[in-house]
Amino acid sequence: MSTATATHDDHHDHGPAKGLMRWVTTTNHKDIGTLYLLLALVNFFIGGAMAMVIRAELFQPGMQIVDPQFFNSMTTVHALVMIFGAVMPAFTGLANWLIPMMIGAPDMALPRLNNFSFWILPFAFTLLLSTFFMNGGGPAAGWTIYPPLVLQMGDGFPFMIFAIHLAGISSIMGSINVVVTILNMRAPGMTLMKMPLFVWTWLITAYLLIATMPVLAGAVTMLLTDKFAATSFFSAAGGGDPVMYQHIFWFFGHPEVYILILPAFGVVSAIVPTFARKPLFGYSSMVYATASIAFLSFIVWAHHMFTVGMPVVGELFFMYATMMIAVPTGVKVFNWVSTMWKGSMTFETPMLFAIGFIIMFTIGGFSGLMLAIAPSDFQYHDTYFVVAHFHYVLVTGAIYSIMAATYYWLPKWTGNMYDEKLGKMHFWLSTVSVNVLFFPQHFLGLAGMPRRIPDYAVQFADWNMISSIGGFVFGVSQLLFAYVVIKTIRGGEKATDQVWEGAHGLEWTLPSPPPYHTFTEAPQVK
Amino acid sequence: MAHTSDHYYVPHGSHWPIVASVALFTGVIGAANWFNGHSAGQMILFLGLALVAFMMFGWFGTVINESLKGAYNEQVDRSFRQGMMWFIFSEVMFFAAFFGALFYARVLSVPWLLGGDLSTHEFLWSSFGENWPTNGPGNVGGDFESMGAWGIPAINTLLLLSSGVTITLSHWALKANDQAKTVLWLAATVALGATFLALQAYEYIHAYHELNLTLGSGIYGSTFFMLTGFHGFHVTIGTVMLIVITLRAAKGHFSPDHHFAFEGVAWYWHFVDVVWLGLFIFVYVL
Repeated sequence: MSTATATHDDHHDHGPAKGLMRWVTTTNHKDIGTLYLLLALVNFFIGGAMAMVIRAELFQPGMQIVDPQFFNSMTTVHALVMIFGAVMPAFTGLANWLIPMMIGAPDMALPRLNNFSFWILPFAFTLLLSTFFMNGGGPAAGWTIYPPLVLQMGDGFPFMIFAIHLAGISSIMGSINVVVTILNMRAPGMTLMKMPLFVWTWLITAYLLIATMPVLAGAVTMLLTDKFAATSFFSAAGGGDPVMYQHIFWFFGHPEVYILILPAFGVVSAIVPTFARKPLFGYSSMVYATASIAFLSFIVWAHHMFTVGMPVVGELFFMYATMMIAVPTGVKVFNWVSTMWKGSMTFETPMLFAIGFIIMFTIGGFSGLMLAIAPSDFQYHDTYFVVAHFHYVLVTGAIYSIMAATYYWLPKWTGNMYDEKLGKMHFWLSTVSVNVLFFPQHFLGLAGMPRRIPDYAVQFADWNMISSIGGFVFGVSQLLFAYVVIKTIRGGEKATDQVWEGAHGLEWTLPSPPPYHTFTEAPQVK
Repeated sequence: MAHTSDHYYVPHGSHWPIVASVALFTGVIGAANWFNGHSAGQMILFLGLALVAFMMFGWFGTVINESLKGAYNEQVDRSFRQGMMWFIFSEVMFFAAFFGALFYARVLSVPWLLGGDLSTHEFLWSSFGENWPTNGPGNVGGDFESMGAWGIPAINTLLLLSSGVTITLSHWALKANDQAKTVLWLAATVALGATFLALQAYEYIHAYHELNLTLGSGIYGSTFFMLTGFHGFHVTIGTVMLIVITLRAAKGHFSPDHHFAFEGVAWYWHFVDVVWLGLFIFVYVL
C-alpha cells in the first residue's frame, strides 16, 4: 500500500488491443472479469439444459425420455457444471471486476496469472463435456464421484479427473491472486476494517479455496491411481476403505459449500444498505461471522455421511459442530434485516433479488438445520429433501446473489441502465417458479423419494409433476435474464457515475463505464 | 541493476498464459489416452510436457527480463512473495490429503478391518491379523517386506537437513554480497538434492526387486509410494529450481536486497524438507 501510482510496460496509456486476441492475451482485470462472467452464463445454460432433462424425465413416473445411465450422468454433470462452471466462475468474475475498483488498486496483483486462471477453465469444461462422446458416457456416479461406483466409469474417467484437476488449478491460482490483491494492493487509508464486505468475504473465500482445492486434487488423484496404478486407497481388500474417500472428499466439500455462499453474503451486504439508504448494520460482526463460518466449515464435513456407519462419537461431534454454524449465519441474517429496519427502502431489481435471497436462503438454512440433526438425517439422507435444501441455498441463495450483483453493477460496467420493467419481471417469474420447483421437493423427500433416481413410485407423481412445471418456467425465465443482460450491454439509458442514489464505495466514484485502466493513481481513503 | 520503478507494474497482454493452458490441455489429453491404453497417448503427453517446459522458459524469461530492467518495485516484490507463500500453503494441503489417508488407514480403517469391538471380521476374514504394515485381508500384491527407516531413509534425512543449512549459508553469502560463496553453497544444495533423489531411486528399485513392495502392495504400498513419490517429484522440481537460481546467481542477477527468486526457491526447498520430516516419522519410523 506504500505506492500511489501504477505504470504499464508501454510509456503511453493505452486502451484494449483489437480483435479476438484482446480477450486471449488480456491481463486486464475488467476484461478477465467479463470473460469469467460470460463463461459462467454459458455454463449456467448448459447446466440448466441438463436440469431440464432431469425434470422432463421426472415429469411422470416410469421411464420416458432417457435411459437411467444417461439420467445419472445428467444429475452428475449438472452439478459439476453448475458448481465449478457457473457459480464459482461467476463469483470469480465479480471478484475480478470489483475488488480492484473497491480497494483502489490499478489491477489484480498478478495479472498474467489472472489470465492463466481464466483460460484453463474453457479447456477444463471441454474435457468434462467431451466424456459424453466417449465409450461409457459421461460421469454418472453423482458429483461427489464416490468409489467404488465411479471406478466403473468408461473411457471418460481420466478425462473427468483431469478436468477436475484443471479447474482446481484455476481456482487455486485465481484465489492466490485475490488474497494477494487484497492484502497488498489496497489504496492508502483502506484499512482492513474499512474494506467493503464483498472484499472481506472474498478474502475468506479465497483462503478456503487455497486450503481445500488441493485436498480435492489429492482425493481424485487417489481415484485415478486406484483405477490405473493398482493402489488400494479405497478398496477394503487391500486394507483401504471406500469411506476414506468420503472423508477426504467432504473435507474439501464442506468448505466448498461456503466457497459458494460467502461471496453471496458480500454481495447482499453491498446491495441492502444501498436500497435501504442506511449503512450496513453491524459491519464488524459481519466480518467476524464470516470468519467463524469459514473456521467451522473445516470441522463439520462428516455431516454429509451420517448414515455411513461412523462411531456415535463422530455423529455427535459433527452434529453439534454443524449446528453451531447457525449462530454466525443467524448474525448475518439479523444484520441484513436490521439494516432494512426503518430504512427508506426502494425495490429496484437488485434489491428484490437481495431480499429474495435473504428469505429463501434462510429457508435453505433451516432445512440445513433439520439435516444436521443426526438421528433425523437417517430419514432424510439422500432423499429429495436434501435436493430441496441445497437448491434453496444454491439457486435462491448463490445464484440469486449473482443475479442481484449483475443488475446492481451492470450499469457501472456497461454505462447503460438495464430495463427495470424486464428485470422486475425476471425476478417475479423466477421467484414464483423456483418455489414451485423446489418447495414440493421437501414433501417428496420427507415421504421417502430418493435422489438420483430416474423413476419413482406413483405416490410421488403429483408433486413431481408440479415441481417439473416450476422447473420449466424457471428455466425459460432465465432466457429473459440473458436477454436483459445482452440488451444492456448493447445500449440503453445512460447510467450516472453513482448509478444508485444510496450507493457508497470507491467503484461508484469512477465513470460509468469505467475507463480500461482505473486507479492508476491510488485514491486516498479517509 | 537499473533503477526501480515507483509504479506498480501492470503488464500489457501476454501470450504465455494461453500457451500454458494449451500445454496443460495437451498433456492431460495425452495422459488420459495413455491410461485408457492408447499408444498415441504417451506421445501426446510428452508433447504437452515439452510445451510446458517451453512455456516456462518463455514466461519466467519474460519476468526475469522485466525484473532486471527494474520494472518491479517493492510492492510488486511483495505480491510475488505473498503469492509464493500461498502457493506453498496449497502444496501443504495437497500433502495433507495423502497424510490424512495414511492416518485414517492406520488409526481407523485397518483396526476396523481387524475387528476392533465388532465381530463382522470373524465372518468375513477371520484369518486376517496384521495391523501395520498391511496389504489388507486380500493380501493384495502378495507378501512383501516394509521399508526400514534406519538405512537409506535416515541418510536421506541427513542429506535434506544439511541442504537446508547450505541454502541458508548461501543466502547469508548473498546478503553479504559474496557472489562466489553464494554460488558455491547453492551448488552444494543442488548436489545434496540430487544425491537424495539418486538414493530415493535406489530405494525404489530395492523395494520393487527385493522386498516385493510395489504401488500395488495394498494400503501400505499405496500410501508409501504415493507419499514418497509425490515428495520425490517435489524435490525434483525444487532441484530444477535450485539449478536455475544457481545459474542466475552466477550471472549476477541477484542483489543483497532484491532477490525474490532466490527466497522463493529457498522457501520451497524448506517446504519439501519439512514434508520429508513428516514422511520420515510417519511413513518410515512409526
